[in-house]
Amino acid sequence: MKIKLNLLLGLAVLAALLTGCTTVQPWERATLADPKMRPDRDPLHSAMFEHIYFSCEAATGGRGVGGSGCGCN
Amino acid sequence: MSYTTKLISGLTLGLVLALSAAGQVKLGQPFPALAGHALEGTLPDFSGQVVLVDFWATWCAPCKASFPAYTELQREFAPRGFILLAVSVDKTAGPYEEFLQRFKPAFPTVRDAAQKLIAEVRVPAMPTSYLLDRHGIVRSVHSGYHGESTVKALREEIARLLEEKS
Repeated sequence: MKIKLNLLLGLAVLAALLTGCTTVQPWERATLADPKMRPDRDPLHSAMFEHIYFSCEAATGGRGVGGSGCGCN
Repeated sequence: MSYTTKLISGLTLGLVLALSAAGQVKLGQPFPALAGHALEGTLPDFSGQVVLVDFWATWCAPCKASFPAYTELQREFAPRGFILLAVSVDKTAGPYEEFLQRFKPAFPTVRDAAQKLIAEVRVPAMPTSYLLDRHGIVRSVHSGYHGESTVKALREEIARLLEEKS
């Protein structure tokens, strides 16, 4: 029973990989690399988000890790 | 983890890795013929020359950062039979032409607007450059642009290939 369940699960994962997912190739990432994709593109939005974050968590800063989705080296 | 789960996981991972690496141009292989891929721009005469084919795009910051160094390489080695060809994969002409007008590279550039050539070459990252010997065989592949280390390696490899007898 357990083997059948694992087999079913594995086949489901395989089916998802083969049909539902795709790899965005390095040369197809123009849209992902667009400045509009940056979460911190709007200073006002960033300030508001930071305020909400501080209000909820009583913590601030620590957002030094950045980068958009261009995948460039 | 049961044997069946391990087997399926292994097969799935292998399939994904195989699919992602399929069709990539590798060392020792002839580079695909550039004509016939509907490249926009004028292709120079490569016959008997050492060629560096660089795939780049205006939306890729490291690609643009490589241009000054590549200009130097072109100026340094062109008299000895070297040519650098920059192949842009920008789908739209606007940013491409704007960048070229601003930078005015010393090497020829073409645009693979339909992304046919790059789909055949299947670069692993942006930018990627392929160094071809005088017979059009891929002798080295540089994935990404890592500043001085990339330029140093390229300079040594180009000099070595130029010294080889044709």
